[in-house]
Amino acid sequence: MGDRRAGVDTDAASRSNALMAEPGSLIDTVESGGGVMRFAQTLPLRLEGGGQLVGLDVAYKTYGTLNEDRSNAVLVCHALTGDQYVASPHPTTAKPGWWTQLIGPGRPLDPSRHFIICTNVIGGCMGSTGPSSINPATGQPWGLTFPVITIGDMVRAQVMLMDQLGIASLFAVVGGSMGGMQVLQWAIEYPDRVFSAICIASAPRHTAQNIAFNEVGRQAIMADPDWRGGDYARLGTRPEKGLAVARMAAHITYLSEAALQRKFGRELKKDGVSWGFDADFQIESYLRHQGASFVDRFDANSYLYITRALDYFDLAASHGGVLGEAFRKARNVRFCVLSFTSDWLYPTTESRDIVRALNAAGARASFVEIESDKGHDAFLLHEPIMEAALGGFLSSAAKARGLES
Amino acid sequence: MSGQREDFREILRLVRPATRVLDIGCGEGVLLEMMAQEKNIDGRGLEISPSGVAACLTRGLAVVQGDADRDLADFPTQAFDYAVLSQTLQAVREPRRVLEELLRIAERAVVSFPNFGHWRVRWALLAGGRMPMTGSLPTPWYETQNIHLCTVGDFVDLCDELGVEIEAVSAMAEGKPAREINPRSFMENLRAESAIFLLSRRTRTDGSTPDNRRAPKRATDDLFG
Repeated sequence: MGDRRAGVDTDAASRSNALMAEPGSLIDTVESGGGVMRFAQTLPLRLEGGGQLVGLDVAYKTYGTLNEDRSNAVLVCHALTGDQYVASPHPTTAKPGWWTQLIGPGRPLDPSRHFIICTNVIGGCMGSTGPSSINPATGQPWGLTFPVITIGDMVRAQVMLMDQLGIASLFAVVGGSMGGMQVLQWAIEYPDRVFSAICIASAPRHTAQNIAFNEVGRQAIMADPDWRGGDYARLGTRPEKGLAVARMAAHITYLSEAALQRKFGRELKKDGVSWGFDADFQIESYLRHQGASFVDRFDANSYLYITRALDYFDLAASHGGVLGEAFRKARNVRFCVLSFTSDWLYPTTESRDIVRALNAAGARASFVEIESDKGHDAFLLHEPIMEAALGGFLSSAAKARGLES
Repeated sequence: MSGQREDFREILRLVRPATRVLDIGCGEGVLLEMMAQEKNIDGRGLEISPSGVAACLTRGLAVVQGDADRDLADFPTQAFDYAVLSQTLQAVREPRRVLEELLRIAERAVVSFPNFGHWRVRWALLAGGRMPMTGSLPTPWYETQNIHLCTVGDFVDLCDELGVEIEAVSAMAEGKPAREINPRSFMENLRAESAIFLLSRRTRTDGSTPDNRRAPKRATDDLFG
């Protein structure tokens, strides 16, 4: 790729209108586009940890049409194990997009009004440059020679994509969990390019408990003999057991005790226990299934790199330890912060810290704590108050931006 | 509720245009929206119910979910020109601390509350021996959110104790428009169904302390006010 501009490999399959019909979902009527933006060698991504990524790929999906003023673009940021298939079927699992609750005709993000973009984060494994990509210098998969990346690096790669798409200012940046961290990073680093910011079930930093759970996941992966020091792709193995255990542990943190109890209780799979170590309980079988299906769509090294990026995330640290200082530049951004009562991964106290800092900075902040017993994953589920709040926030922001009368 | 409307009208009159206003207990944002439209204020709200906040967002308001007792500490000092507490003081756990917080956050506070000194309230207790239920106190005692009811006289005493300057007071009764009153008058404490106080911090820019005690302090000294 010697040309100055980036080129796009259009993803023909996803561009076609022959999206899989999803019963009960309106999304199959939505025109979608996207592909992989390949950046020329003259446009490297400079990394926070030093060094740079040359020949960067950013995979993305789009829904809707960019208006003439280029003022209706919305960037959706995904969570740790999410991807760009926010509102279209996943190419591996064929499951519907992960946020069709919010994206679709008549929903808060509507492709008939918004141009919605979702990118696969760098470090990921769905087409953007990550540890499973080929290192152009060696012709081999990067593995552990891939540089450690940060949330800030993910955002800078998105900025590069926006530049290529000719989007100077985003109407909204929206995300939950790790996506919410990208939203905050966008608002702080590029306040002039963000009109409104929606941060859901997220945090301004990783706590000791967050880091601890991530470390359990990483150790599970690295303890798998098939991980081969991270060189499994070259050696032709897959650390599926380790990655599945990592997913099982993490999955517990996405739910709540009440949700687990309601869904599984002490229900057994069969009559009576096995007096052994088979999956006797429904919850065991559920977690095993979650782990086993996860390895089909996710890369173990990506899991290491992205959890590391999460652990390194601390917005205040780069602003003298004062979160309010971090938001000072973002005073003109309209913020909406949402949390869920039963989320113990990124509990409401974390969102309140964000809101307190936004208030201290004099930013325009709204905040709702939504009553739900579904734990952290509530942000991906049907939550009427969340949908009402986002709908209201976005439509009033659209008026302020002149998108709606 | 017409009484609420009158309350809002009077608050609207007291707030200067193009100022920064924090509305505490802003409900669905009716007052904030009125102030934004008619007075061009830059408003923020604090509201306890998630559905109230969601309604505010639909109106395009910036509102934070929270509780006056717990979450006012999150607002920086002197961040607003006005802090508005409409018909909420009597429902908070620590009214005294909330009042102090209002005047830490804002230069001025607008506080309205039902007057427990109103003659109907006194009559209900005196003649009927029952907890009063009136236009401004419509809920029975076992369901009311009002845990710290006070009279106009009580509130004046608290302002004096905290060294808060009372800039103006209006009273409302019988659904009529608010009228300015002397809050230290015994008769006004009987007549007012609810009262709206405009307060400011005691320390002025010149460092002087306004004398709040022009009128007799104790309501009983003013029987014929």
